[in-house]
Amino acid sequence: MEDVKRNESGNVIFTKEMAKDYTILIPMMAPIHFSLIKSVFVHSGYKVELLTNHGPGVVEEGLKYVHNDTCYPALLVIGQMLDALKSGKYDLSRTALMISQTGGGCRASNYIFLLRKALKKAGYDSIPVISLNMSGLESNQGFRFTLPMIFKTVAGIVYGDALMLLSNQVKPYEVNKGDSCRLVDHWTEKLARQFNQNEGFSLKQLRINLNDIVSSFAQIAIHRTRKIKVGIVGEIYVKYASLGNNNLEDFLAGQDCEIMVPGLLDFVLYSVDAVVGRAKLYGSGQLKAKVAAVLKHYLMQMQGALIETVKMYPGFKAPSSFEHTKSLIDGVIGTGCEMGEGWLLTAEMMECVNQGYGNIICTQPFGCLPNHICGKGMIRKIKGLDARANIVPIDYDPSATRVNQENRIKLMLSVARENLDSSISQDMDYGGGAAPAAPKWRPATQLS
Amino acid sequence: MLIYRKGLILKIGLDIGSTTIKCVVLNDKKEIIYKSYQRHYSQITHHTSKLLQEIRRILPGCRQAELAISGSAGMGMADQCAIPFVQEVYATRIAAGRLMPDADVIIELGGEDAKILFLTDGMEVRMNGSCAGGTGAFMDQMATLLNISLDEMNQQAESAEKIYTIASRCGVFAKSDIQPLLNQGVRKSDICASIFAAVVNQTIAGLAQGRPIRGKIVYLGGPLTFLSQLDKSFDTALKTTGICPEESLYYVALGAAFAADRTLNLEEIIRNLEQYKVTGQYDAISPLFAGKADYDEFLRRHGQAAVAFAEPATYAGLAAIGIDAGSTTVKVVVIDREGEILCSHYQPNTGNPVPIIKDFLQDFYERFPNITIQATTVTGYGEDIVRNAFRIDHGIVETMAHYKAAKRFMPEVDFIIDIGGQDIKCFKIRKNVIDNIFLNEACSSGCGSFLQTFANALDYSISDFAALGLFADKPVDLGSRCTVFMNSSVKQAQKDGASIENISAGLSISVVKNALYKVIRPTAAEPIGRNIVVQGGTFLNDAVLRAFEQELKVEVVRPNIAGLMGAYGAALYAMEHAKGNSTVLGPQEMAEFSHTVNSVLCGQCSNHCQLTVNSFSGGRRFISGNRCERPVTQKTADDSLNLYHYKLSLLKGYKPVAGQRGKIGLPMGLNMYELLPFWHTLLTRLGFEVITSPDSSRQLYLDGQATIPSDTVCFPAKLLHGHVQALIEQGIGTIFYPCMTYNMDEGKGDNHYNCPVVAYYPEVIAANMPDLEKSTLIYDYVGVHNEKIFPAKFHSIFSKYFPDVRLEEVRWAAKAAYGAYADYLSEIRRQGWKIVGKARDAGRQIIVLAGRPYHIDPEINHGIDKLIAAFGVAIISEDVISEDVPRFQTKVLNQWTYHARLYGAARYIADKTDMNLVQLVSFGCGVDAITTDEVRDILDQEGKIYTQIKIDEITNLGAVRIRLRSLLAALEQLPVAAGQTGVEQNHGRR
Repeated sequence: MEDVKRNESGNVIFTKEMAKDYTILIPMMAPIHFSLIKSVFVHSGYKVELLTNHGPGVVEEGLKYVHNDTCYPALLVIGQMLDALKSGKYDLSRTALMISQTGGGCRASNYIFLLRKALKKAGYDSIPVISLNMSGLESNQGFRFTLPMIFKTVAGIVYGDALMLLSNQVKPYEVNKGDSCRLVDHWTEKLARQFNQNEGFSLKQLRINLNDIVSSFAQIAIHRTRKIKVGIVGEIYVKYASLGNNNLEDFLAGQDCEIMVPGLLDFVLYSVDAVVGRAKLYGSGQLKAKVAAVLKHYLMQMQGALIETVKMYPGFKAPSSFEHTKSLIDGVIGTGCEMGEGWLLTAEMMECVNQGYGNIICTQPFGCLPNHICGKGMIRKIKGLDARANIVPIDYDPSATRVNQENRIKLMLSVARENLDSSISQDMDYGGGAAPAAPKWRPATQLS
Repeated sequence: MLIYRKGLILKIGLDIGSTTIKCVVLNDKKEIIYKSYQRHYSQITHHTSKLLQEIRRILPGCRQAELAISGSAGMGMADQCAIPFVQEVYATRIAAGRLMPDADVIIELGGEDAKILFLTDGMEVRMNGSCAGGTGAFMDQMATLLNISLDEMNQQAESAEKIYTIASRCGVFAKSDIQPLLNQGVRKSDICASIFAAVVNQTIAGLAQGRPIRGKIVYLGGPLTFLSQLDKSFDTALKTTGICPEESLYYVALGAAFAADRTLNLEEIIRNLEQYKVTGQYDAISPLFAGKADYDEFLRRHGQAAVAFAEPATYAGLAAIGIDAGSTTVKVVVIDREGEILCSHYQPNTGNPVPIIKDFLQDFYERFPNITIQATTVTGYGEDIVRNAFRIDHGIVETMAHYKAAKRFMPEVDFIIDIGGQDIKCFKIRKNVIDNIFLNEACSSGCGSFLQTFANALDYSISDFAALGLFADKPVDLGSRCTVFMNSSVKQAQKDGASIENISAGLSISVVKNALYKVIRPTAAEPIGRNIVVQGGTFLNDAVLRAFEQELKVEVVRPNIAGLMGAYGAALYAMEHAKGNSTVLGPQEMAEFSHTVNSVLCGQCSNHCQLTVNSFSGGRRFISGNRCERPVTQKTADDSLNLYHYKLSLLKGYKPVAGQRGKIGLPMGLNMYELLPFWHTLLTRLGFEVITSPDSSRQLYLDGQATIPSDTVCFPAKLLHGHVQALIEQGIGTIFYPCMTYNMDEGKGDNHYNCPVVAYYPEVIAANMPDLEKSTLIYDYVGVHNEKIFPAKFHSIFSKYFPDVRLEEVRWAAKAAYGAYADYLSEIRRQGWKIVGKARDAGRQIIVLAGRPYHIDPEINHGIDKLIAAFGVAIISEDVISEDVPRFQTKVLNQWTYHARLYGAARYIADKTDMNLVQLVSFGCGVDAITTDEVRDILDQEGKIYTQIKIDEITNLGAVRIRLRSLLAALEQLPVAAGQTGVEQNHGRR
C-alpha cells in the first residue's frame, strides 16, 4: 500500500493521484437518483461503485464498530462500508469511501467522524474518506465537486424525482408487470449517456427530456382499481433506502397500495432555504444567504419544469412546489426548525394528506432526535387540522423486528381500507387530475 | 350441545397472539357455539391445525367455514396458507362495534402489546411503539421475579397499602426499580399493586398522548380479564369504572370471525397447515458445536478450572463466610484457611435475602458445631440489609469480590465478565487494579432472567432450554438490543419457522452479543483481554459459554463455581481480613432472631422520602428508601463541597419582582436551567414579574405525562410538559419558552448549536398541550449568540405580543441580561475553584460530575450528587474547568455548546491525579452516543478511568452506588501519584 498523506487532523487525504485509479465506494440510498448521480461522477473521471451489499453482516459490522445508540442510518451505512471492505471484492490499496456530510445541529453531521473512528478500530485507517458536502465542511484535493458536476447532479435529482414519482403512480396499475421498471432503466441509461456528452442538464434540455419521460410513462397500459394510497415520509435515509426500511416499498406493493415518496429535490431546497432562513432569523451570514437565494432560484426553476411537465398529463398527480409545501406548515411548526429533516418532514406529511395520500408512514431511526419534534411531535397537530390524516410512526433499528413494524403498518392500512370503502371523496382525492386510464374524468381545464 | 345444520356456513375466528391461541366458532346468528383459549408454546401451525381438527371432530358436518386469522404471530402463517388475515386491533374494533356499540374507549392488553382504541369523537387506534415492553409478558416476568403466580400477585395486590413509584416505560426499567424494593424488604402486596399501577401508567402515558380517556371504557385481553386488581388500578387512574365484558378474551377472535367473508374448505386448510413447512428462511448464524466430539473436548477443557471442596463434617477449625446477596439469587460460601470450599448454598432470592441467610446460618451452626467462624463478608445488592441483620464483619463492593475470586483461578486475569440474573458486570484489570468497569445500562439488563422467563414461557427449565441449543444447526440471529426487543425478534423467528433448538441457541448467542456490543463494545483491533475469566450463573449454560468464546475467538476460563464467585471472593476477602473472632450473630443470637418491616414517611425535609424501616432483634435497624443520610444519622448532609447543590441554590435566588407589565412564566427545564439568569434579568428589566415553574417532582412529571408525544425522547424533555402544565394551572397568562437553534458561543467548538431536542422542544410543547389554550406560549425562534443583533431581533418578536415594549428598553435590558449571565457563570466557576481548593487542602478526591446544565435538577439526577458527596468526595461540574482549556481538535464534530464543555473537562483532568470524571447521560440522548465515546477516548489516552451513569425516570440508585464504589475502590488502589508521571512503580495501596 502506498504511503498515505494525512492532513493536520490525521485524516488520510484523497489526493489527485488517487483520483485516477481509486474506486470510490458510495452507500446506496435512493436507487434511481443514486444511479444517475453515479454516472455524473463516472463521467467526471472517477471510478465509483454504489454499495448494495446487505444481510446480517452489514448490521453486525455496524454494531461492532459504531456506538449502538447512534442513529440507525450511521450504523447501517458504516456497517455496509466495512462489510464491503472485508468482502475481498476490492483492492484495499486502491479504494476510497465517500459519505455525505450535511452540517447542521443534527447528529448526522458526525457520520464522517464516526466512519473514521470505525475504520481506525477495524484497521482500515489508511483508506481515504471523502466528504461530499456543499457547506464547505471538508475539502479534498482529489475530489472536487465542480460546478458542472453540481449542475448535472441537480438535474440527476430532478430526473430521479420524476422517474420515482411516475413509476410509483403507474406500477401498481400496470397491465404488463415490469413495464415501469423497464422504462426507469431505459431512462437512467439514456440520461447517463446524455450527461456523458455534456448534455441533458440545462433547463431547456431538462424540459424536453421530462416531456419525453412523462409521455413515455403515459403510454404504459394500465388497469386502474381503487387502491390504498400511502405516503412515505421520514428521516431521509430510512425513507429512501430499502436496507434501512426493511423493503417497505415492496411490502406495501404486496398490500395492494399505491405509494408516494416526496422527492429528493425538496430536501435539497430545504437545505438551501435554511441558509436564507438563518440569516433572516439571526441576522448573520448575509453573504451566504445571497448565494443561497440564487441557488434556490435556480433549483425552483428546475422543480417548476418538472411540475409543469407532469401537469400537462392529467393522468398523473404532479408534485407541489417547494414554496407551496413550505406554506402548509404556517402556524404548525416554525421554519426555524431546521436540524435533520426539520420542518420539511411536517410539511411533507401535510403535503401527502393534501395530495390524497393521507395514509402516512413516518419512518424514523429509533430515537431520532429531530423526529421527536417534527415527526412524532407534530402528528397530533396534523390530525387535528385534517381528519384525513392517518399516520403511523415506525421506528427502525437493528433489532426492531419486521413483524412488529408490519403489524403496525397493517393496522394503519386497515383503517385506510375502511376509509377507502366508505369514502365518497375518492374521486375528489384526485383533486381534478384523474387516473391515467380514465380519460372521462379529465377536466378540460387541466389540458392547458 | 353443538347442533349443526347441513349447509350452514359457520364463521371461525382465530386470534394467534404471542403466547396463546384464541378461537371462536359462530353460528348463523353470530352466536358463539365453540370457543377455546390455549397456550401455543410457539408451535403455532401445529396447534392451529389441532384446533381445526378438534372443530371438525365436534362438528363433523362442518366441512366449510368462513375463516379468518388475526394476531401478530399468525401473520406469516396466514400469508403462507392463504387464509384471510385481519389486523388484531382492527379486529377488536369490529367486535366492539357489534357487541359494545356504545363504548367510547377500549383498553386492551395482550401478551406483549398494549392498545387503546378511541371509538367516539374521531376514531383512533393506537398500539404501543416497538420500544415499550409488552404488558402480559412483563407481568409474567415480574411474577417470576417475585416467585409467585399471577393469581397470587392479584390476591396480594388486594391487600396493598402503599404504591411505590416504579418506572413505567419498559419492563426492564421497572425490574430495576422493583429489585431494590424487594431487597429493602418492602411488603410484597405493595409491590404487586405498584406493578399494576406501573402498567396502568405505561399504558396511559404511552398511548393516550394527550387524548383524554373518558366515557364508557371497556377492558379486554388476558391480563385485564384475569387480574381484577389491574382493572381496579385502571379505574383508580382514570377515575371511572370500566367494564370487562364476558367475552373479553375473545374480542380479537370474534372480530376475525365477524370479518371473515371467504368460505374455505377446512380439510384443505388443515392439509395446508400440515404441509406448511415454513421456509426456514431467517438470518442464521453458524452452529455452536460441530458435533458431539467437539462438545466433549470443550467440556474437558473447562473441567480443568476447579476449586477443591473440603469435607466440612471432619473439619474442625477456622473458617470464613462469604455472602453474595444478589439481585435474583443469594449465594453463600464457607471456606477453610486454604480457600477450599467447605459448604456452599445457592438459592433464588424470593424477594428477601434475610430469611434465606437466617436459615443457612442456623443450619450451619447446627450441623458443624466444630467450625469456628473467623470472619464474614457480604457483597451484592442486599449488602446493607444483610450486614445490619446479621452483624456481618465486612461489606465490599461486588466488583472487588469478583476480582478476588477470579484471581484465585487465574492470577494473571486481566478481564472478568459476570453475567448474572439481572446484571452484566465486566471489569478490566490493569496492573492489579480494577481499572475500567462496564455495567449494563438500564436498557440491556436482565439477561440471565430473560433466558429464564423465555424458558418458562416455552415450558422448559432454564438449563434444559439452554441445552437445547447446543447442537442447533442454524441458530437464529436475534440481534443484540435490550431484552424487550428480543421478545419480538423471537416472534419473528417463530414466524419464519425457526425450531426451538435454533431459537434457544440464538438466545444464548444474543445474551453474549448484548454483553459484548452493548456493554463492553470491544473492537477487533484491541481485544478486551488476553486472560479472561467468565462467571455468573448464566455462564453455567454451555451454550452461552461457547457463544462467548466463538464471538471473541478466544478460550476463556469458567471456574467450576461460576455461579458462586461473588460469594467465594467475599469469603476470601473475609479470610484475608480476619482479626480474631467474627462479629456475626452466633447460634444463640440466631435462635432469637426476629425481623419486622415498617413503612414510614420521613418528615425531616421537603423530600418526604418513603422510608422502609427494617427492625431486627437486638435493636438493630436498617432504613432504606432515603435519599440522604439524615434519617439514619440525624444530621443534615454537608453540601459545602457539592457544586450541584450550590448551583441549585444560586438559581433559587432569581425570584419574582412585581412589574407593571404583569406576570410571565418560565418553565424550568432543559436550557432554561442555565439561561434563567439571562431571561430573568431581561424580562424583569422589561417590567415583567418572572414566575418560574415549581421544583420538579414525580407528581409534576405525572401531571404533564399524558401530553408527551414521543415515548423515546429523553426524560429531561418529558419533564418539561409537567413544568408548562404547572404554569398553566397557576393561571400564568403568558409563558415564555423560545426555540433556540443556537446556544451561546463560547468559542470552544466548530459551532455552538443546541441539540435538536433542546433547540426545538418548545414546538412539541405548543403542538401537544391542549391546555395551552388558556395561556399564550411565546415560542418564537431566538438567537442569543450574537449580542449585537439580539436586541433588535428580540424586539421585533416581542413587540408582536407586547406592542408597547420599546427597542431602547430592550437594548438596556439585554445589556443587563448578558451581564447577569456572565456573572452567573463566573460565580459558578469561582465557587467551583473554591471547592477544588478546599478538597485539595483536605486531600479529598474531586469528581467532575459532567453532564448538561439541567442535570442539576434533583428529579433528573435522582440525588446522585448527594450520593457521591456521601462518599466524602468533592463535586464540581464540567463548566468549571472546561473554560481553562483552549480549543482543541476532537475526533468528532464538536458543534454543540454544552458538549464542547465535556470534551474540555475531560482534557483538563487528564493529568490531574485527584480529579476523575463521571458522566451523566440521559437515556435516549442521541447526542451522547457521540460524546460518551469521545470523552472516553480522551480519558483513555491519559490512562484515566471513564465512568458513565445513565439516568432516566428510574429512582434506583443501587447500580449507581456499585459503580461509584467500584470507581472509588479502584482509585484507592491506584498508586498515590500526585504530580508523578508514568513511572511504573506499582505499589498499590491495600
